[in-house]
Amino acid sequence: MSSLSNYLIVSAILFMIGASGVMFRKNVIVIFMCVELMLNAVNLTLIAFSQFMGDQSGQILVFFVMTVAAAEAAVGLAIVISVYRNKETVEIDKLNLLKG
Amino acid sequence: MVTRKSAVPSALMLIVTFCFLAALYLTLNAQFLAVVQVAVYAGAIMVLVVFVIMLLNIRNEQYTITGNWKTVVGILGVLGILAQIISVFIAATDTLPKHLSESAVQLGTVESVGTKLYTSYAFPFEMASIILIAAAVGAIVLAKKKLT
Repeated sequence: MSSLSNYLIVSAILFMIGASGVMFRKNVIVIFMCVELMLNAVNLTLIAFSQFMGDQSGQILVFFVMTVAAAEAAVGLAIVISVYRNKETVEIDKLNLLKG
Repeated sequence: MVTRKSAVPSALMLIVTFCFLAALYLTLNAQFLAVVQVAVYAGAIMVLVVFVIMLLNIRNEQYTITGNWKTVVGILGVLGILAQIISVFIAATDTLPKHLSESAVQLGTVESVGTKLYTSYAFPFEMASIILIAAAVGAIVLAKKKLT
């Protein structure tokens, strides 16, 4: 019933929802949340493989991915705040200082 | 969550998604990671995101998903990559393991994950703490108004 490929397909769908959010949305915070969603999709793949293969290393890796995601969330949101303080916007179309 | 105009509903939907993912982890017998998922993702990270949304006082973004050739190309690309990934999974179904391994219940417990984390992976574990401290200091420095 719940075979490994079902988990992998759910994970692929979640990953592509996150990727499409990164491509289509303009709001930096929403893009940030979509990146978190993509990280979670990869975590689901890792845990599914880990439990089906009987190898614990995948779960350890997921633990570290969560650690790094927490660090990334803190730093990323701090950057968003300081950008907003400078530019008064979080729309990525208006943050075009690096545009040639 | 991608289709909402305002950021707050998409944040709340993401929290629900994280809780469902924790349920999926439970079906895989990964109890420890399910609890960590709810505590860290649905708890800590999303609280941070919602706080930043509140701090920034952003308006709804104006975006339309019709007509623009960029969105058409993007949707086609997303669906194409998704179809490719799923077709790879379906093609490899025979080679993938059919059932959860016998030790799956044992592997997901706090005890076994913790033992592995503090023995074989002790050094990466300490590195993770350094990363967290660096991130905390960096976040404070970045978000501060002026360094004195």
